[in-house]
Amino acid sequence: MQAGIAAAPKRAGAIAAAENRAGWLFAAPAALGFLLFVLGPMAASLWYSFTNLTISGKWSFIGLSNYRNMFSGNDIYFYHALGVTARYVAMSVPLKIGYAFLLATLLNQPAHGKSVFRAIFYLPTIVPGVAISMIWMWLLNPDLGLVNELLRAAGLPTSKWIYSKDTVIPSLSFMSVWTTGTIAVVFLAGLQDIPRHLYEATSLDGGGAWSRFRHVTVPLMTPTIFFNLCTTLIGSFQVFAEAYIMTGGGPDNASLFYVFYLYREAFTYTRMGSACAIAWVLFLIIMAVTALVFKTSDRWVFYEGGR
Amino acid sequence: MVNPTTASRVSSRRARMAGRARKAGWMACVYALLAAGAVFSLLPLYWLVRSSLMSMAQIFRLPPIWIPNPPRWDNYVKAFSVVPFGRYYLNSGVITLVVVSGTVITSSLSAYAFARLRWKGRDAIFACLIASMMLPFAVTMIPLFVGWSRLGFSNTYVPLIVPAWFGGGAYNIFLLRQFYMTIPRELDESAFVDGAGYLTIYARILTPLTRPALIVVGIFAFMGSWNDFLGPLIYLSSSSKYTVSLGLRMFQGMYNAEWHLMMAASAAALLPVIVVFFIGQRYFIEGITLTGIKG
Repeated sequence: MQAGIAAAPKRAGAIAAAENRAGWLFAAPAALGFLLFVLGPMAASLWYSFTNLTISGKWSFIGLSNYRNMFSGNDIYFYHALGVTARYVAMSVPLKIGYAFLLATLLNQPAHGKSVFRAIFYLPTIVPGVAISMIWMWLLNPDLGLVNELLRAAGLPTSKWIYSKDTVIPSLSFMSVWTTGTIAVVFLAGLQDIPRHLYEATSLDGGGAWSRFRHVTVPLMTPTIFFNLCTTLIGSFQVFAEAYIMTGGGPDNASLFYVFYLYREAFTYTRMGSACAIAWVLFLIIMAVTALVFKTSDRWVFYEGGR
Repeated sequence: MVNPTTASRVSSRRARMAGRARKAGWMACVYALLAAGAVFSLLPLYWLVRSSLMSMAQIFRLPPIWIPNPPRWDNYVKAFSVVPFGRYYLNSGVITLVVVSGTVITSSLSAYAFARLRWKGRDAIFACLIASMMLPFAVTMIPLFVGWSRLGFSNTYVPLIVPAWFGGGAYNIFLLRQFYMTIPRELDESAFVDGAGYLTIYARILTPLTRPALIVVGIFAFMGSWNDFLGPLIYLSSSSKYTVSLGLRMFQGMYNAEWHLMMAASAAALLPVIVVFFIGQRYFIEGITLTGIKG
């Protein structure tokens, strides 16, 4: 009897120890992956950013020189690339979020064939980046492209799109709307989570469709808008393949996106140390922008259960 | 003289009819917008296929021809012969297969540990993983490149496939953990009482029940690996090792005025993802929904 009582906690302890061991063992790939492919490289990157490491492996410690070089304007492309990227983010993020919200609202209506439309809207997001670039280069071709052809047929003015300094960023922003299906699907899930009875309550109060949208849909969707805003912002700051393939950063560096600028520094000019400094500044900018969105979220994001 | 009750009946019927008309008008508007959105999504893809089946002369004709007649399937043969796309397909296929298996196996093992087992440091490590999703790839890109090169693995597939076998990315672990949380704990607890080990519970109970989620993770890994451009661009230097995306890029450099061939090559690169998308479409959208909202 006595022995039985004593053995129970001991066995429970043994089970807990075994579970602890098993937990570590099962999570080992992820934990190791985090150390080897995230934390380690992060630390290395920070360290490299204070050196003049080149692709050949030669390096010496140069303190803050890389950063000073960027911020002093010595490297004329830093502020330029930052400006190009900021313009792209400012144009493409609202367009993508707005269009995705519209699509999700439409998909949330009692229409037939909704799952077909949903699949169609999602389809462009699975196209490989290189193929997306090729398709749009062809569509936006100033002489033979479909877009100018349609504009001409409608009697509207045509454009040089990605082949002119002034229109390249708006063109790439417009193109980014094509792959907004993922955001739309997330919005749709949010819309479907809104309880029916809230809409019915507004109707009973005599509210029309607009008032239902304004006072029920929008407030209850703010958490989803917030989530999509953060992920889209982070993604848009890192756009690369489109510019690399379609414009080569041109014309006249007009589409030299920040990550392209970083890539060029690392793999064309082989300045690894300086490229790491560029990468860390990007990281800090993304964190600052996300923190800003988080900070303002108190004022516009509504959580049903309170916070 | 109209009977007042009749009058009110008429007016209420009128209101009902007006309401129905308004609703019909609204739905017509919804369908029109849905159709416009569908055109915007599909037209570029149609134009890709259309242009891939035309001769050079046809493609340059203005106003444009909408339906290639006769369709020139020959373009595909030509695109595959001027650049060894067959080889690139094989390369991409091998990389993708190894990445998908690594991702599915290791992310589900880790997700099981995070969702079900109690161990010291679990929550801290999970928080680290989630935070790492915010990290721009640019930060780790250069040290990883330097590291792999020092180890002698540049111009091999090792840097492209090995990371997939170490957890397969925080996003996938997170997604699977969310799925595991929805399965009643009693199932594995009763198996445990019956003497099943942790590996048995994972393999015999949770894996069959989470098959849809594993498919989602597999599809995400497939898309990510097949569509990856920057990774192969950095690591692969000899053209015999190129992936489809890199090959397409090289093709563009060589034949940049021959739109019909470029479109054929692009359409061929797109085909596998389209097939996978249509097979797994249902699971796919479920997966995005789960990570986007229920998080």
